[in-house]
Amino acid sequence: MKHLSDWSLNCPILISADAERISLAHGEGARLSRRLISETILPRVASAEHTAFTDAAKVTAIGCRLAICTDSHTVSPMFFPGGDLGSLSVYGTVNDLAVAGAYPRWLTLSLIIEEGLPKVILETILDSVARAARECRVSIVAGDTKVVPRGAVDGLFITTSGVGEFMDPIPPGPGAIQVGDQILVSGPLGRHGIAVMSARGGFTLDAASVSDSGSVFPIVTALRDSVGEHLRAIRDATRGGVSAVLQEWSQASGLTFTLTEANLPITDGVRGACELLGLDPLYVANEGTIVVAIDASYAQAAITALRSVPGCDRAAIIGEVQPAGISPLTIRRAFGPPRPLDEPSGAPLPRIC
Amino acid sequence: MKFVDEFRDPEQSYALLNRIRATATREWVLMEVCGGQTHSLLRYGIDVELSGVVELIHGPGCPVCVTDIAAIDHAIELAHRPQVLLASFGDMLRVPGSQGSLLTARADGANVMMVYSPLDAVRYAEVHPSLNVVFFAVGFETTAPATALALLQAQKLGLRNFSLLVSHVRVLPAMETLIQAPENRVQGFLAAGHVCCVTGFAEYENFVRRFRVPVAVTGFETLDLLQGILDCVTQLESGVAKVHNCYSRSVQRTGNQHAIDVIERVYEIDTRVWRGFGPVTSGGYSIRPELQEFDASHRFNLKSFATNNVAKDIEQYSQCRAGDVLSGRLKPCECPEFRKTCTPETPLGAPMVSSEGACAAYEKFHPRVQL
Repeated sequence: MKHLSDWSLNCPILISADAERISLAHGEGARLSRRLISETILPRVASAEHTAFTDAAKVTAIGCRLAICTDSHTVSPMFFPGGDLGSLSVYGTVNDLAVAGAYPRWLTLSLIIEEGLPKVILETILDSVARAARECRVSIVAGDTKVVPRGAVDGLFITTSGVGEFMDPIPPGPGAIQVGDQILVSGPLGRHGIAVMSARGGFTLDAASVSDSGSVFPIVTALRDSVGEHLRAIRDATRGGVSAVLQEWSQASGLTFTLTEANLPITDGVRGACELLGLDPLYVANEGTIVVAIDASYAQAAITALRSVPGCDRAAIIGEVQPAGISPLTIRRAFGPPRPLDEPSGAPLPRIC
Repeated sequence: MKFVDEFRDPEQSYALLNRIRATATREWVLMEVCGGQTHSLLRYGIDVELSGVVELIHGPGCPVCVTDIAAIDHAIELAHRPQVLLASFGDMLRVPGSQGSLLTARADGANVMMVYSPLDAVRYAEVHPSLNVVFFAVGFETTAPATALALLQAQKLGLRNFSLLVSHVRVLPAMETLIQAPENRVQGFLAAGHVCCVTGFAEYENFVRRFRVPVAVTGFETLDLLQGILDCVTQLESGVAKVHNCYSRSVQRTGNQHAIDVIERVYEIDTRVWRGFGPVTSGGYSIRPELQEFDASHRFNLKSFATNNVAKDIEQYSQCRAGDVLSGRLKPCECPEFRKTCTPETPLGAPMVSSEGACAAYEKFHPRVQL
């Protein structure tokens, strides 16, 4: 059972009690469906060349090597400091293409809407989708809409599939990582996770965090243009944080990744919230921050290139690759011997005391 | 970060470490009572640095770990009832009862919500009058004032749909049980700093006189921990057994009177079953009879779990040796199930999944063999 107060939780939009809501009829293929698509969705998100979504969009690719990816997006609350579900669903897919070494070109947009969602929320989210797509220069060329009964989904789920064209050079991937390589991040860690967690929890942590939700394409481009041939692997550190990426890379390469705690870029707000909640920023989600493995000789040049990108002034070398040791990941803290850094098994849950 | 970095200063930490090494003429056995201290000690490798100088035995101070299996079963049973919403701290959700955890119960359709504060559960009850909101109140004296305040707030708001399922524990009676156990090896205690913020440490003066064992009230950062260890070692070397406050920036001898008053308005001291210990006399809190309308076990007619033996039976038949770990008889890495059948994904007991559990600390920070 959903109350009005649940919908408006942290939502920046004022919703009146008699606000127009999405009903099951909007999803049943008849007049209301057609009007929802033609009056609410298409005018907001359709690209100039694809003003009507046909069964399949025709596109023309320049190159012949295409990257295809898909990602489903759900976030509670739908609006959080620094972003919302709409922009997130574009950036998430665009970022998957970008870190694979592809230029994002086309997106499909699939909406699963919970019956009763105030229409103004849908419109606001769609406007955000459109803004993010324009920023990423990606065209939304096809889509689908379903409305499901109350309780079947949490408000709105968005799936976007992306098609991109590969550009040279393509990073070879974690299998190419070697002993001595350096590990870089493009900005402060854990900002998205803490922003969402504080919005969700409703606790008031003064300026705890603003999400880093954004496109990493400019970041990847800056790296490729400067040190492209020396990159080993690039990933956006989403759920599971930087730790999850490095655990995977350790498995792929059979090597140990050693981080230096003092070098981790972390904002005061994220650090404070993590200290308070008993979390580690290395495990907390990012939505616009990448991890890079690179030949050590080019690490400094990569940092210079990264810092030239707006918002990446805190890019840093956070660790190095070593022969297999006591753990896939280890960390050097200011005090004490290097310690293993484990892999969390589920979402971080705040502690009691 | 202010008030954190000062207490993790590496130079001063190494200086203290050297003083401990220089002071000890033999290896001493100390117990850090609180699970938060265990995690800090292992996180920074203080146990490794002090190897051969001080053996650290990990105490029972993880509220989630010592929560009786029967209490968790009750919570799960309540969460499955229609129109009941069970709220608790995130930490509690992964802890296994006899038939799974609150998280697996939620996947099975039970109504379980994670909150950051008991007051969030009160607010939820206020906004959802048709739901019976039950807050699963676990924790030591540190958490009891917050849950007591939640109850008083619900009373003030006249809420009839809010209650507490109480499984609060008190730390000193457990320390008394430990020190009197025939196999006890503990020679000094690092008392739990945040419990002492609430209770103060006047009660410990009796404890050190009675058992002739030094106690250092200790915080959680590297300097705090090393200071507490140095204090205990110095006392032991000179044959002294006193209570010293090594966490004076937070703890006063008489504690926090306001918090104590709130606890006393809502709770009375009661016998409670601790996982790994069995019934501990005065080992917990129950809701006062005059407030029983806010007591979930009364409201929902739950069989009393304060003194039952179900937990002991369950533990006996499972392979989990949480009882030995929680009472300091077994190091997590010595347990035959550690990282084999018992992992964070398939925990045999609470200490593997709680963020303050000793087994979780070893899982996180104890080196693995070569890859």
